[in-house]
Amino acid sequence: MALGEEVWLDSAAGIDLPPERRAVGYLFQSHALFPHLTVEGNVAFAGGREAAGPLLRRFGIAHLAGVRPGQLSGGERQRAALARALARRPKALLLDEPTAALDAETRANVRAELAGLTAELGLPALIVTHDFAEAAALGGTVGVLVRGELRQLGTPAELVARPADPFVARLTGANILLGVARPAADGLTEVVLDAGGLLRSTDAATGPVAVVVQPWDVSVGRAEPDDSALNRITGPVGSLYPLGNRVRVTVGPLAAEITAASAERLGLRPGDRATASFKATGTRLMGRSAVMSPDGPRGEAAS
Amino acid sequence: MRRGAFTALLVGALALALFFLALPLIAIFAEAGPAAIVRQLGSASARDAIVVSLETNLIAQAVILAVGTPAAYLLATRRFRGRTLALTLLELPLVLPPAVAGVGLLAAFGSQGLLGGSLDVLGLRLPFTQTAVVLAVIFVASPFYLRQAVAAFEAVDPDLLAAARTLGARPARAFGRIALPLALGGLGAGATLAFARGLGEFGATIIFAGSFPGRTQTLPLAIYAEFDRDFTTALAIGALLVAVSAAILLTTRLVTRWSPFGSTWTSPSATSGSASPSR
Repeated sequence: MALGEEVWLDSAAGIDLPPERRAVGYLFQSHALFPHLTVEGNVAFAGGREAAGPLLRRFGIAHLAGVRPGQLSGGERQRAALARALARRPKALLLDEPTAALDAETRANVRAELAGLTAELGLPALIVTHDFAEAAALGGTVGVLVRGELRQLGTPAELVARPADPFVARLTGANILLGVARPAADGLTEVVLDAGGLLRSTDAATGPVAVVVQPWDVSVGRAEPDDSALNRITGPVGSLYPLGNRVRVTVGPLAAEITAASAERLGLRPGDRATASFKATGTRLMGRSAVMSPDGPRGEAAS
Repeated sequence: MRRGAFTALLVGALALALFFLALPLIAIFAEAGPAAIVRQLGSASARDAIVVSLETNLIAQAVILAVGTPAAYLLATRRFRGRTLALTLLELPLVLPPAVAGVGLLAAFGSQGLLGGSLDVLGLRLPFTQTAVVLAVIFVASPFYLRQAVAAFEAVDPDLLAAARTLGARPARAFGRIALPLALGGLGAGATLAFARGLGEFGATIIFAGSFPGRTQTLPLAIYAEFDRDFTTALAIGALLVAVSAAILLTTRLVTRWSPFGSTWTSPSATSGSASPSR
């Protein structure tokens, strides 16, 4: 493991630098600000008093220089922690689940702020997160690690459009249905779902598969639609969960994202029967050998 | 039983306990009287005992703090084979009868003891010297400090020490600048408790160091020596020790309640070992 010319860990060569000699800015999930030191004292711990002033000004917390961390808000703590991490002039930043400890509202703000700051720093930043939305918001490149194995590396858009396996698909928030695929006479692939029902896909596959459908590719109606969508699943509406101007609706085993206006027009209530439809061209098939693990996925984003 | 009767029983029990525990302390002051206490504390035997107690306890405390602090830090921050055994061994003197400690110290450091031969070669004879008093005090009092110090260091969020390392601090600096200041309240409480225990030390001292006025006769030993010769002097010394003990108890209460950083000793969301950069 090396950063530029600097080798940190090389078991063969017997190199294992202690943390104080690795030029990395490590941002702890808990921020790990020293409670007995002021904000300025925290930053000066790494870079001395002279370096602290400019950093505090740069992060807009110069007015908090004499304040102890216990009195700071979540966002201010994060800025102080970031200023401190930069005080030792790191060559890279490592952020460990930077927003996991925050409530939903603060998380959105802090995430937006962090995206701006890391972009502005011009430092390579490695962000560890379990949340694909966060990885997509903060990372230029997202790598999906499952038990130490890199499953896929790509831009967030690539991961959503072409997930390498069902695990990556589920991480991006896609629907996953299990079934067995066989070639159909019309050149498409037919999938007999384990839970009953038949789907079609333009992907080629044979044998046990995971069917991956993105929620925004799913339409919801009260009646069976008469359109080009080949795949239909009819079932009871489970839950309706507003997401800003969209609503996430579950119909049987499927989650769909429709606009708030459509949801209102349909007047859906939990328990109503509805039909979810999606096109065969938006139906991805993946081999089921890569079995999904019960524990959550872990993503890594790098910008 | 009716509710009123039950409450009366509880109140009665508490009153009895308070009466029994407070009576001897009040009796010391009532029997001697303030004038006699001041006069007898000025007597030669009391003055000698005060000097011996102060000297030996201050030296013992210095040794306990100097050795105990780093030892406790190691026990609190590292996991290693034999750690539990070490912790148990360090706490053993807490439950050991002091007389056993005295006999053990003689068996170890006496001229016929385990190390006696090697000490003789160096020209050192420990038993019945002031050094023996210091050793006896260290033996019985240090566990009080060690136990409290381990707990105080364990209460410091490991993330903070890890953070200090990622900020370029060597382990010694992380200890001095982060762990030590954050554990200071607990360390202070432990030191006060150890001092109180050391000041009252009797059994191990009288066996290992004897009771020679001006050399090894500490305040508790002086009470024992005086009580059939001059009971008023014994009472006066007793009064002094009661006052010092009360002051120590009060200090401990204040020190453990005192926290300079509000309630932010540890980060609120710190999960144990969630972020150790050395891994």
